[in-house]
Amino acid sequence: MKLHEHQAKTIFADAGIPVPDSRLATTVEEALDAVDEIGYPAAIKAQVHVGGRGKAGGIKIATDRDEAEQYADEILGMDLKGYTVDSVLVEAGVDFVDELYVGVTMDRGEGEPVLMVSTEGGVDIEEVAAENPDAIAREHVDPAFGLHPYQARKVVYEAGVDGDVALDVASILSTLYDLYEENDASEIEVNPVMITGDRDVVAADAVMNIDEDALFRQPDLAELAEESYEDDLERKAGEYGFDYVRLSGNVGIIGNGAGLVMTTLDLVDYYGGSPANFLDIGGGAKAERVTQALDMVFSDDNVDAVVFNIFGGITRGDEVAKGINEALEQFDEIPKKVVVRLAGTNAAEGMEILNTDLVEVEETLEDAVQRAVQNAEEVTQ
Amino acid sequence: MSIFVDDDTRVVVQGITGGEGKFHAGQMIEYGTNVVAGAVPGKGGQEVDGVPVYDTVDEAVEAEDADASVIFVPPAFAGDAIFESLDTDLDLAVAITEGIPTQDMAKVNKRLSEVDTRLIGPNCPGIITPGEAKLGILPGNIFSEGRVGLVSRSGTLTYQVVDNLTERGLGQSTAIGIGGDPIIGTSFIDALDAFEADPETDAVVMCGEIGGEDEEQAAKFIGEHMDTPVAGFIAGRTAPPGKRMGHAGAIVSGSGTGTAQSKIDALNDAGVPVGDTPEEVADHVEDFL
Repeated sequence: MKLHEHQAKTIFADAGIPVPDSRLATTVEEALDAVDEIGYPAAIKAQVHVGGRGKAGGIKIATDRDEAEQYADEILGMDLKGYTVDSVLVEAGVDFVDELYVGVTMDRGEGEPVLMVSTEGGVDIEEVAAENPDAIAREHVDPAFGLHPYQARKVVYEAGVDGDVALDVASILSTLYDLYEENDASEIEVNPVMITGDRDVVAADAVMNIDEDALFRQPDLAELAEESYEDDLERKAGEYGFDYVRLSGNVGIIGNGAGLVMTTLDLVDYYGGSPANFLDIGGGAKAERVTQALDMVFSDDNVDAVVFNIFGGITRGDEVAKGINEALEQFDEIPKKVVVRLAGTNAAEGMEILNTDLVEVEETLEDAVQRAVQNAEEVTQ
Repeated sequence: MSIFVDDDTRVVVQGITGGEGKFHAGQMIEYGTNVVAGAVPGKGGQEVDGVPVYDTVDEAVEAEDADASVIFVPPAFAGDAIFESLDTDLDLAVAITEGIPTQDMAKVNKRLSEVDTRLIGPNCPGIITPGEAKLGILPGNIFSEGRVGLVSRSGTLTYQVVDNLTERGLGQSTAIGIGGDPIIGTSFIDALDAFEADPETDAVVMCGEIGGEDEEQAAKFIGEHMDTPVAGFIAGRTAPPGKRMGHAGAIVSGSGTGTAQSKIDALNDAGVPVGDTPEEVADHVEDFL
């Protein structure tokens, strides 16, 4: 789960990390009130979960009130890589002489958190990592001990940060690691940390992603998760408790188990179609779950046809079939053609039970996907 | 022969009194697995389906000589349950639980480097040696005895591929679900290494998915260390970057690492044919044998 910049900055500021003065605004009027208090120059920053906001036109620096009005008006409501901007952070501009990158993330390969520092801040760190990996200093942290303070100093010095600000930067990094642990973050980064002409250090941006699997013990952050949905269907999936990802195609996909659902998406693409979503209904498939899953794909206007693929392990095929029948009988008219394929335990019995007035039935995964792709093509023709 | 589990494996089920634990302990017993004990704090002295329950794993091992555990404990307590089995010095621990916080698994991972216990999972369907033993939730009826080893990050995808193999009369020596989390115990390489050493495994299927670099490293291992032929499958070719596709570990990073294409290329470079469909994977295995 990704936090917005303003949410992360509030957490940073509460922990004592210096951040610029800022206000959140959802209208041009609010943005102007904010700049009146903060003064100029002021950054107007789109609050969406999109990397490279600056390049995409989502961050502008206003030097007077006219510019502030113009930029706030431009950015609020703009489409940024598919996301609509509902709010902007109005922030005091920082007069900086240098920009650094600092971050904490989980190194999957090592199974350990890693601190990262680079003097090439202010640009996409993944580009730096690809083009000039030596420009990033790294230090792994033993998760059993936690961070030893020397490690933060070591990695900052190793990155070549100027000596007069090195300890201040190390202090920010230490605090970030504490926040990483306390909040079950999966990633925290500040890019850039700005160094001012007066040699102060300021966290000018903030990225903080939280491990979704840990939200059960992070109640405050779980509340923020509610606000972080940017798509109505993804919000609905959250309410139903489905693993769901919306894509841009027109073949709706329902299945069980992440790997098999991904495979079904891939096969839709392989047979010339385009997947509309990833939807994993998990173990079991009682009528209620099936109804909810169908509601998800039927409410997606992009969907023209549906493929429903269940491999019953412990789940029995006949029970799934009953669930599908019950769910579809509730509709006066089935809004989109549904192809069903059942396999595994009691699959043959399940196939017998399925009401073929309501659904089309295929024996193999490959055949089911091809039929759904064909159904979708017939709708679009 | 087989790898990691056989009909001598003596199993303690952690969480045997919970809904999942009770049901699957029953299924494991029905399959013929030696489930010798359960371990649930506060439930010592009870019995579940005739299996004696102890308060701690240590007592279960002491009393019943268990050498492996299967963990059906909710995510909030699963990290602790894994530590308990590692600290009891079992040969094998299989963690089925999905949704364990990654930072808990980082601590478990650290301990794993200090003990001899093998961990499979978490967030996995478990391991089965057909005809001998299953530890986990895999549906026993789709498997058949044979000489194809299988290692996979996913549960239902494994079943799909096994189904395709079994239909063609290609039975399995051992099948392992290693789990879909970012930090797991047994890796592809650990399983491949064991299959390579198993004289009764003649071919191996490896099912990977997007996220991380484990498949790339496994490909390198296959190229350098394996004579047993391997067929591959990679799920998630159509996954967009930055989105978690169900599994916590199935995510392509913004910079484009962890893509399906990178994994397919690495496997192909190591001489591993990668199926476009699960059927094609079975085709490749058939070609090997």
